[in-house]
Order: sequence, then structure tokens, then C-alpha cells
Amino acid sequence: MAVRVQAEAFDHGAEVAAFGQGGRDTGAVVTFLGIVRDDSGRMTAMEIEHYPGMTERALQAIEAEARARWDLTDCLILHRHGRLAPGEPIMMVATGSRHRAAAFAAAEFLMDYLKSRAPFWKKEIGDDGAAWVAARDEDEAALSRWQPKG
Amino acid sequence: MTIDILYFAWVRERIGLPRETVETAAPTVAALVDELRAREERYAAAFADLSALRVALDQDMAGFDAPLAGVREVAFFPPMTGG
Repeated sequence: MAVRVQAEAFDHGAEVAAFGQGGRDTGAVVTFLGIVRDDSGRMTAMEIEHYPGMTERALQAIEAEARARWDLTDCLILHRHGRLAPGEPIMMVATGSRHRAAAFAAAEFLMDYLKSRAPFWKKEIGDDGAAWVAARDEDEAALSRWQPKG
Repeated sequence: MTIDILYFAWVRERIGLPRETVETAAPTVAALVDELRAREERYAAAFADLSALRVALDQDMAGFDAPLAGVREVAFFPPMTGG
């Protein structure tokens, strides 16, 4: 179980290979890799700001919630901050479970929550200026499917 | 009481600093915002639309009506865009 917030690049392949090692109860691993995307074709970099301290707390709380909802054998949340180039890996999650359903669901849950509940802010830097990425209504709406039905 | 205030993303840019320490008797976040707004135009601009802002008290999300008693650190920022 791990939460890592770092400026350094990470090796997605090595992380996946190391994930879930050491236990014999993992039958399924789901991973998600987020990559810096350039929609405008004019982006030179993405600057990711975060709130040191609260970021780790928020990610640990999200991880704890996932582990309370699903029977996970392992879980990893890794998110970078600082200046990244288009095409660079920005974050990843990995979930392990005995059967695939829990790993798939927990990975989606982690992504939905860390999109709008972990204190990161993205800024797109281009040749013609810089702009903060606005939060999307869809990201907020995505959380509602995880709320208890009542 | 003495409170550290942190600003992130465009809130930080609009106000022009990442953090500051203030002496305040404000009972709630909203009352603290009113004090900040009254200071200078850049604060008034940053806090013009509270629906565009989020607040954390001692690194936990809170509402603008939350009490400040016992709080050491207040952070203001726009909706988060992680992932």
C-alpha cells in the first residue's frame, strides 16, 4: 500500500512489475497511467501545483476509502508535480485483488476521487501564454455514482 | 489569534503571494474573507466569487461558514484538477 507524491519521473513498467509482489493472494492487477495531453497543439509544458501535506493526507484518505469498500491485496497512487512536457507520465494508480471486479472498480474509484478531491492544480504553458485548467462538471458528476443510494 | 493563510493556483497569482500570517478575531471563514476583501483590491478581486473557490482548514476541506476557533492554517484555492 503506498501513496507517493514526487517531482521526479517514474518508470511505469517497473512500477507495474514490482506491484503486488510478495503476496500469493493477488489474482488481478489493474493499472491506470495518466499522460500529459496537448489538446491545443501549442502546449510546451504543464505545470502541476499541489498543497504539500494536504496532498498526501487526501490521497491516503482516498486510498483508505477504497480499501474499506473493496477487498484489495495492494494499492498504489503515484502523482507527480512540477513542470512536465506533453507525452510525459503524470500519474498512475494500481490496484490488486483476488478477482478482477474489485481491482477494476477500485481503480475507477481512485481516479474519480483524485481528479477532484486531491489538491492538485494544472496549468497549461504555451507559446502564447499560460492558463489554469478549469475543473470539469463531468468530474464532479462522476463522484455521484459512488455515493450511497438512498 | 494567529492564522497562516495559504493561496494556491490562480488565487495565489491574483493575490501575489503564496502564504501569509495574519492576526484576526474572525469567528468564521466567511468573516476572515470579509477582512481580507477589505484590505486591497487584489484581495477583493481574488475573493469576488466564492463559488469559484474552495477552502481547507488545517488541511481538511471545509465550508465558508465553518468556525475558525482552534484553526492554525487556512488555505484558499480553486476547484482541484488532479489526475
